[in-house]
Amino acid sequence: MENLGNLLDGFANVVTPMNLLIALLGVTIGTAVGVLPGIGPAMTVALLLPVTYGMEPTQAFIMFAGIFYGGMYGGSTTSILLNTPGESSSVVTAIEGNKMAKAGRAAQALATAAIGSFVAGTIATLALVLVMPPVVAFAISLGAPDYFAVMLLSFVAVTAVLGSSRVRGFASLLIGLIIGLVGIDSVSGQQRLTFGLPQLADGIDVVVVAVGIFAVGEALWIAAHLRRKSGEVIPVGQPWMGREDWKRSWKPWLRGTVFGFPFGALPAGGAEIPTFLSYATEKKLSKHKEEFGRGAIEGVAGPEAANNASAAGTLVPMLAIGLPTNATAAVMLAAFQQYGIQPGPLLFTRESGLVWTLIASLFIGNLLLLVLNLPLAPAWARLLRIPRPYLYAGIIFFATMGAYAVNAQPFDLFLLLTLGLLGFGMRRFGLPILPLIVGVILGPRAELQGRRALQLSGGELHGLIGGWVSWLIYATVVVVLLWPLIGRFVVRPLRGRLVTG
Amino acid sequence: MTGRTTRPDRGGDPPSRPAVPTMPDQAGPPDRETGGLPPVPAPVADPPAADPAGSPAGSAAPSAGPDGEQATARPDRAQYGVCAFLALVGGFVIIDALRVGHAVSTADPIGPKPVPILLGVLLLIVAAIYAVDVARGGAGEPEAGEDVDLATPIDWRTVLLLIGAFVVNAVLIDRLGWVISGTILFWGSAYALGNRHYFRNLLIAVALSLVTFYTFAIGLGVNLPAGVLQGIL
Repeated sequence: MENLGNLLDGFANVVTPMNLLIALLGVTIGTAVGVLPGIGPAMTVALLLPVTYGMEPTQAFIMFAGIFYGGMYGGSTTSILLNTPGESSSVVTAIEGNKMAKAGRAAQALATAAIGSFVAGTIATLALVLVMPPVVAFAISLGAPDYFAVMLLSFVAVTAVLGSSRVRGFASLLIGLIIGLVGIDSVSGQQRLTFGLPQLADGIDVVVVAVGIFAVGEALWIAAHLRRKSGEVIPVGQPWMGREDWKRSWKPWLRGTVFGFPFGALPAGGAEIPTFLSYATEKKLSKHKEEFGRGAIEGVAGPEAANNASAAGTLVPMLAIGLPTNATAAVMLAAFQQYGIQPGPLLFTRESGLVWTLIASLFIGNLLLLVLNLPLAPAWARLLRIPRPYLYAGIIFFATMGAYAVNAQPFDLFLLLTLGLLGFGMRRFGLPILPLIVGVILGPRAELQGRRALQLSGGELHGLIGGWVSWLIYATVVVVLLWPLIGRFVVRPLRGRLVTG
Repeated sequence: MTGRTTRPDRGGDPPSRPAVPTMPDQAGPPDRETGGLPPVPAPVADPPAADPAGSPAGSAAPSAGPDGEQATARPDRAQYGVCAFLALVGGFVIIDALRVGHAVSTADPIGPKPVPILLGVLLLIVAAIYAVDVARGGAGEPEAGEDVDLATPIDWRTVLLLIGAFVVNAVLIDRLGWVISGTILFWGSAYALGNRHYFRNLLIAVALSLVTFYTFAIGLGVNLPAGVLQGIL
């Protein structure tokens, strides 16, 4: 129960007038930016990084928590009112949500999404508090070889499990790992891939990479294909729910939470699988099956809850092990590093106060979101009408400002443009973005852990094998990598035999 | 020729498929070339639904049927450029790594070289596999989005103008300061994106630059240069 006391301390930190104001500010701008079409949660956090530059870590983290949940909620508003989801995790919300909105039930759709997000977010954050201590204890027990294996698993998982094409995923991952190599090698002091440029000696800042790939790349890509006639925004009044809506929503909220949290916490979970699972489940269990495809409230309540619960779940591996499992967590991790804070098990001993303040502000941000979003929904809906030239010019403007502010050197802007063009090309050719970002963030740490492990063994490769954890992980990696072969030569013949027999 | 799919199963959802006979969209190139599709179970009900998977079975009239669908998805040859780029980067990383000096020490038995070499080699391998995938008809799916209309070709004029505005800002930011260069950036980007309210845009751009400068640089202590307006702002 020690962590309960810690959590209460965290709450005590947040509930000062100043910090509450910061939390409110974070939630508001997080939602406002997240609502804007074309801006997903990851880009929201990336674009808003500079807002926190001048703050102390505690306040910055309180703000991040607000931006994080606010950006998530903003994304679902967009998909309900505009029908073209910005990211894969709100695809399912858009299916039923937009149908509901078209049928004149936008208010109910937004309400069930907002309340469902609150319920799921609160339960999942509670689960986070309970799960964190054992995960941290486990993470502390890991040695360098185990860490190396965990990161290897993370690479393989985000590359091979998520996304549709493995070879494109690995191409993206390798580019990310190579970007991570740039700079002075921390062990030997040798320069790698710096082209003799002093600006590259410290490596490429992760913030510049995130802003370049997410914001500039996305803006350029959208500019290249800008829809001259923007989608129709469905007007919305005050969100509310009738008795029947409540009755049909509360079970999907809870079930969605159960799907979302564990998937978010897995190294390759993400929000797509749980939202689809939740949708399928609700469709199966619903008494109003005929409404599915025409705007069933269960089909908004469940997936939205799953989406938010999985977002809270991603914080478990991020805080406890330092593993980002989705794009938003990756950008958050970059933001932490900006403050010289390295997430991982040691974070809980070194910066205990900070972590628990962050977790407490997740609860508070969630509550503020509920209070804020129900009355403000019509205002958010108006943001969707922003003229697109201003929107994307604004994204480039703020991206430039944020990237420049990291080191105050124009060189970073050229770097930003190069990375933006890389992001543009990746979108054009269907290369997934997440492996690249994970590669940039985890690559240097994986190399460090791997070399540390080999140092203990004097360079012999068996040094990479630690305890049973690493064996287990390597086995998983091999199965994931060989899955297409296993599928072809083991699963399919077996299945064929079953069918014919 | 029946149940064979050339596309390797991506391991997503193994259980539910096996009993299904060949769907038109799953039939690989070899099947398609033989032309004569087997009597497909044809669950075709409503023609207006325009099943994107392929032509409805039995309709011989549009003779371009399955082939027509193939023709619209013509091979994306530009993908070979991606392979070349990857191979080039891979090769460069290896060359750069070979150049790095290596001082052997007991504290660091493997040194800074092996990791880049490993990554470079892997990238070369991936580039080769990628090329094979493209040759076999694989294609990446361009990213969709709220404001993205994939039916239109890439609008290079807009992209180049945006890049231009970006470069101008990067060159001028330290000399003229953020307020001026940021104004040019926003105004130029809005122009590039097709907004022609020149004067209104200028007002918005100036306001945005001033507001960001005062909040971030002066209010929050973020690094933004004042440039030539030093002392005036």
